[in-house]
Amino acid sequence: MEKIDHDIKLLFEQSVEGQSGVNLPQCDVPEASVSEAIPSALLAATPVRLPEMCEREVTRHFTRLSERMMSVDANFYPLGSCTMKYNPKINEWAADLPGFTAGHPYQDVQDIQGSMELMYRLRQLLEEIAGLSEVSLHPAAGAHGELTAMMVVRAYFRDRGENRDEVLIPDTAHGTNPASCALCGERVTIVKSTPEGLVDLDDLAAKITDNTAAMMITNPNTLGLFDKSIKKIADILHQRGAQLYLDGANMNAIMGQVRPGDCGVDVMHYNLHKTFSTPHGCGGPGAGPIAVAEHLAPFLPAPQVDFVDGKYVWDFNRPKSIGKVRTFYGQFGVMVRAYTYIRALGHSGIKNVSDKAVLAANYLGKKLEPFYTLPYPLPCMHEFVISAEKQKDDHGIRALDIAKQLIDYGIHPPTIYFPLIVSECMMIEPTETETLETLDRFAAIMQRIAEQARTNPELAHQAPVTTPVSRVDEVKAAREPNLRWRYKE
Amino acid sequence: MAYSGISQKQVRHMLDTIGVARIDDLFADIPAELRLGKLLNLPEPMDDLSLQNHLRSLANRNHGTDKLISFLGAGSYDHFIPPVVDALASRSEFVTAYTPYQAEASQGVLQAFYEFQTMICEITGMDVTNASMYEAGSATAEAVLMARDITGRSKVLIGQNVHPEYVQIVRTYLASQPMTIEIIPTPTGTIEPSVLASLIDDQTAAVVIQQPDFFGCLNPVDKIADAIHAAKGLLISVVDPISLGLIAGPGQLGVDIVVGEGQPLGLYQNFGGPYLGFMAAKSAYLRRLPGRLIGMTTDHEGRRAFCLTLQTREQHIRRERATSNICSNEGLMAIRAAIYLAAMGKNGFFQVANLCFQKAHYAASQIVGIEGFELAFKAPFFKEFVVRSKKFPVDKVIHEARQAGLLAGVPLECWYPELGDCLLVAVTEKRTRDEIDALVDVFRKIGG
Repeated sequence: MEKIDHDIKLLFEQSVEGQSGVNLPQCDVPEASVSEAIPSALLAATPVRLPEMCEREVTRHFTRLSERMMSVDANFYPLGSCTMKYNPKINEWAADLPGFTAGHPYQDVQDIQGSMELMYRLRQLLEEIAGLSEVSLHPAAGAHGELTAMMVVRAYFRDRGENRDEVLIPDTAHGTNPASCALCGERVTIVKSTPEGLVDLDDLAAKITDNTAAMMITNPNTLGLFDKSIKKIADILHQRGAQLYLDGANMNAIMGQVRPGDCGVDVMHYNLHKTFSTPHGCGGPGAGPIAVAEHLAPFLPAPQVDFVDGKYVWDFNRPKSIGKVRTFYGQFGVMVRAYTYIRALGHSGIKNVSDKAVLAANYLGKKLEPFYTLPYPLPCMHEFVISAEKQKDDHGIRALDIAKQLIDYGIHPPTIYFPLIVSECMMIEPTETETLETLDRFAAIMQRIAEQARTNPELAHQAPVTTPVSRVDEVKAAREPNLRWRYKE
Repeated sequence: MAYSGISQKQVRHMLDTIGVARIDDLFADIPAELRLGKLLNLPEPMDDLSLQNHLRSLANRNHGTDKLISFLGAGSYDHFIPPVVDALASRSEFVTAYTPYQAEASQGVLQAFYEFQTMICEITGMDVTNASMYEAGSATAEAVLMARDITGRSKVLIGQNVHPEYVQIVRTYLASQPMTIEIIPTPTGTIEPSVLASLIDDQTAAVVIQQPDFFGCLNPVDKIADAIHAAKGLLISVVDPISLGLIAGPGQLGVDIVVGEGQPLGLYQNFGGPYLGFMAAKSAYLRRLPGRLIGMTTDHEGRRAFCLTLQTREQHIRRERATSNICSNEGLMAIRAAIYLAAMGKNGFFQVANLCFQKAHYAASQIVGIEGFELAFKAPFFKEFVVRSKKFPVDKVIHEARQAGLLAGVPLECWYPELGDCLLVAVTEKRTRDEIDALVDVFRKIGG
């Protein structure tokens, strides 16, 4: 189809002098002189330049932009490690209740008991799911949870008079793990994976030292494999006094099946925006609560929400706390959604989630196995990786090309080129919320793409052709950074 | 279960395809002794109606700014949110998408983020910004680490008049770093450039200020900038974006790195989150910025297009050498802010700032006319000010106001024992003269 008027003009290009999208009140108090109250050096020299548009045009602009998106509501979105499950609408309904949205963080607790009760109950639910002693709801995102957790571990060792600053991380880890360690002043040592994709215990034994503060593992890992040696790993660490950290990005596979605390995990983070169905919002907000074993609890951020004498209160009296990592108490609006979700599901529903997530991934893996290389044999947990190495070697079609072709079929591509240890990697996580029909359709499309790689490889190289723009020149974007519109002076 | 796409009947077919007898067999890699073997100790599932009743009853137990007239600020403000913000930001195409890694499938939000970046640069007067941080506090801490990396220095000076929670967060972030923090005393509410100059040395990486500061006061930012620049350090300023409709932008005053709290830009107070951190800087520091950056480029046919760019700074590529560990940011909140700023536009943005200024000054002028109350600081202010109660306990003011359906302000004693007799009062454009007069009446009733 010919693309007419494909550009949506920038806000700034649509601006019409004198227009505004709001109708603000007249000033109803006697006006003071701004220039008398504030020294001229501290006043804006010229009015800030912002677009001038009527509400109608603002609405059309952002509505049209929203039409240039793929989203969970409209598309299958098997983005590995991101758990793009359906986001139930009752969560949004709850989070939008004015009683929740209108709370000020410094209100008297007496006036905000409902929100505090929700936080306290969410804490308890997450403690039980983790099998750990105490949860902090403060961290703003998964990576922020990792950072907070590493700070807690560090404070724990300082309290014992130790200054351990080494962290072990498997080569399959998310990039946030080493980055969080660095931000916390820890040095990172990489532990190799075995050919089976699991932590190499010999390499672990060789790399652990008395300076090892922790090992950060993701289990199931980013290959979709549950590391059955987790207890052994915990034992190796604990014998040297080190802590076992679990990156909870993949909790969707195991909640209700096994509790991290029962595996010897000392500290973990959750991603409420993955496991507990809070929407991803084009990159956020998320929330990354952490759960810790008893010996780490004194070091959690303050204040903690608590229940004392029939009243919900803030406990500031935590002398060993690392302090604050985020303003106020965390991503409350995200907590409301996660709480709503967990209460809707209940004990049996939570287990059903991981049951179906793992079932869907294995089913899909089985359907794709004839056409793509599965570097690690099934069964998998909630996700699996395929390699397009064969398509690349035989026909010059890379994982990136397949990804772009999927877009033309109305499917958001899987995570590509991660984990780093698999070449031409595509990491597929269908989640429990997709139908059998969707899984079958995806498998059929992937089969067709594999066949077309043989018969008509140009199709893949040209993709996508159905989107408002064809392949985007990312090299140019990086070489000549244009990060903002410039008004003509 | 309504959220699962797979019916019980289909499970059999899927298991047969996989070649296992039971779903449990798929979990065989989890050692039997670690398996839970029973249901979690969680409540029973809830039907939709019971769940709605439960949540409604929790929400109804709150008495927030929907039911009470709020003069609470201190980093979270009751500003007007145009309904168009909710209508557009709740479109599920935005709400349920992920980070725009696949540019061709995400042009909508990439353009929105590019517009957000542009508007943040415009209101702050800075060259470059990213596509959001978590909130102001952790953004401040990240700015300090950025200044350390740029200057290679190890000391940071922070105003006593910077939000105490932001200072606490900086302390937490720096606890494991070989850095020292010194507090710049502000007994008059603002930073005195000569006092500051005496604290700066050749190891000072940055001075961190807030403008307007935590007490609402305006600091001589231009002179502060001169003092730190003379020692080749950087100036970091935390800003309230609403103030920038009236107050000089940090770019105009020589600030090197700006961070701020975007909550006033169309976000609900939400009991403290999610909010919107932002960070903007001079172009020289572009490659030191944490977080995601959106760039304009072209597609292969030369048409305008947008994508994530300069990703080699980021953790998923650079890992432990990344500028930060930030991955998830506050995307949807940045979209809200972009819609807010577009709807407000040039005139609305100025008007809101002016209304805040006028109403706050009216409220202050009325309160200081009452026996027993005065402004704690003489410095110029924007929309927030500190009232000192010379004769009566602050709690009495708060209590009496609450009886009248008003949230009078934030008491300062928990952070500043020396200001135990003080109340921080915020007045936004939403407060009507009648509401302000009702607050003044409370003071009058107490003061007599």
